[in-house]
Amino acid sequence: MGKIVEIKGVNKIYGNNHVVRDLNLSIEEGEFLTLLGSSGCGKTTTLRMIAGFEEPSSGSILVEGERVEDKEPFERNVNTVFQSYALFPHKTVYDNIAYGLKMKKVPKDEIRSRVLEMMEMVQLNGFEKRYPSQLSGGQKQRVAIARALINRPRVLLLDEPLGALDLKLRKQMQLELKRLQKKLNITFIYVTHDQEEALTMSDRIAVMHDGIIDQLATPTEIYEHPATKFVATFIGETNIYDGCITSIKDGVAAMTLENGAVTVKAPEDFSLLEYATISVRPEKMRFSTTPVEGFELTAMVRDYIYVGSVLKCVVSLPNGNELKIERLAGQDLPPVGSRCYPYWNVEDAVLIHNESHYIFEALNNIRLA
Amino acid sequence: MARKRSKHEFRANTLPALLTVGPVTAVMVLLIAVPLIYVAVMSFCSIDEFYNVKFDFTLDNYIRLANANYLKIYVQSLVIALVTTILCILIGYPFAYIIARTKSRKKRILYMLVIIPFWTNSLIRIYGWRSFLGSSGWLNTFLVKTGIAAEPIDLLYRQGTTILGMVYCLIPFMILPLYTAIEKLDGSLLEASSDLGARPAATFFEVILPLTSGGIFSGSLMVFIPCLGYFFVSDILGGGNSDVIGNLIERQFQSGNNWPLGAALSIILIAVTLVLVKIYQKLGGDMDSLGV
Repeated sequence: MGKIVEIKGVNKIYGNNHVVRDLNLSIEEGEFLTLLGSSGCGKTTTLRMIAGFEEPSSGSILVEGERVEDKEPFERNVNTVFQSYALFPHKTVYDNIAYGLKMKKVPKDEIRSRVLEMMEMVQLNGFEKRYPSQLSGGQKQRVAIARALINRPRVLLLDEPLGALDLKLRKQMQLELKRLQKKLNITFIYVTHDQEEALTMSDRIAVMHDGIIDQLATPTEIYEHPATKFVATFIGETNIYDGCITSIKDGVAAMTLENGAVTVKAPEDFSLLEYATISVRPEKMRFSTTPVEGFELTAMVRDYIYVGSVLKCVVSLPNGNELKIERLAGQDLPPVGSRCYPYWNVEDAVLIHNESHYIFEALNNIRLA
Repeated sequence: MARKRSKHEFRANTLPALLTVGPVTAVMVLLIAVPLIYVAVMSFCSIDEFYNVKFDFTLDNYIRLANANYLKIYVQSLVIALVTTILCILIGYPFAYIIARTKSRKKRILYMLVIIPFWTNSLIRIYGWRSFLGSSGWLNTFLVKTGIAAEPIDLLYRQGTTILGMVYCLIPFMILPLYTAIEKLDGSLLEASSDLGARPAATFFEVILPLTSGGIFSGSLMVFIPCLGYFFVSDILGGGNSDVIGNLIERQFQSGNNWPLGAALSIILIAVTLVLVKIYQKLGGDMDSLGV
């Protein structure tokens, strides 16, 4: 598989606002890649630079090995599905879908057969003569996708395409999009702020934060081994502890935290006296009524929230920080208000290198402790 | 019981309606409906030897107006209005587009450039053109002094000059609805068009123009109709050879002193206007965007 899109050292600056910072990203042919981040993280700007609606302030963008920064959108072999659909309100569904081919001066007969084939594929047969205003949100979405895909782009850019749909329809469209992508074997670059959507659909996810990519990896890797504190907190729920590594032995580190001490599995690139962050997912947290070997954490049970399949437990540490712990419902649990000892299996916690600005925070915490 | 209810209804519905819509209706009837009816009635009257209006019934005025000399001026008036409208579209569209698509403070300045002349009396502005274009006006003085022209060029009293004045006076009426239409245009549609391979010209004809045609329609109507009546422009700039229907009306009420004939002309102008508005509505035009 070759690289179909390469972004090399791209920056985008609006006035004083550095939206995309020195971005490097290679996208493989046929891949479903998601740019995930909260609003203002630069994900949409990145997509718009690939489409050609924005020009990078510096750096280069290659599509199929060819530099495109200076090319107009109509000269690029990529198509976009817009967040607001951007269907032409004065054109019928048929004419909307046929637009790209008409611009390429494809013969009328061929346009006809290709449009009908496309409409079949997105299950819109019979809607040829309708206008966009006569369609539901989901139908508009299909038209927008068909209108882009009919041009047989090498890369399809999707800017939060499901954002305006209700939850049920969104779930359904997620699966349909994924099916279409597999069937047509087109590279999808998908922008969303919905982490669940990203985890469901993507081959790889690039988590963006403040204009940089914090982590680029498969959904499993992102969820189970977040590379930064931001990724750990942005994707799913987690419990975060900052602390200092006080000893490392056989790949297991003992760490001192503000509220006590814990043990955690440490990869080789962590060193003694390093300030690091631990992330433990709620489903990996445990708590006991008796102290646990290797852990010096004491907490109080605050609340139990029953959510069907699991019980969400909230326990608080002496400094007031709350931990989220998930237990299977129906287990014997200490009563609310009683003392408990949170812990985890050493291999279930993820150790994350601390970014510089967290170091001071950690230092302060230790001094206070 | 019935009386009591009707009294209650009067308090609940009729009285508030009278107090709110009543005065407005009264003003409309007094200032618009009554004069209009008066003009319509007068158009079927005749005059005596002292030019007094005689309230009898005759179709003479309308028969006189079917005369070839009058017809020539109607046609001339329609041609002037048509050319003015087309010029207003050609000049106004790019201008409106630029204002609508400009961001930041420059937009307001451009917008004010259209609005400010609009606030000045158009008669005064037309006299301004006359002194600018006259044989001893600024333009001719400049041309002669710099040697571009050997002697002053006759710029006034041409049909073209009338059209220039009309375009100048009426172009804000074209720009404002166009501006509104272009402003409403969703920028992502233009991006989508470009994304789908359309060059800028194709985007213009396929997306921008069809979606702003409403603005062109209403702008055209708001230029075309006044153009038939702006007699002072052709009077001041066009001399005698570019009369519009408005000139004929003005002349019958002033120097001609034949009010019934002027009234008949006015009724014809109103009829033409109504037909145009009807066509506009048939084409799907929106009455609100005319500001009427």
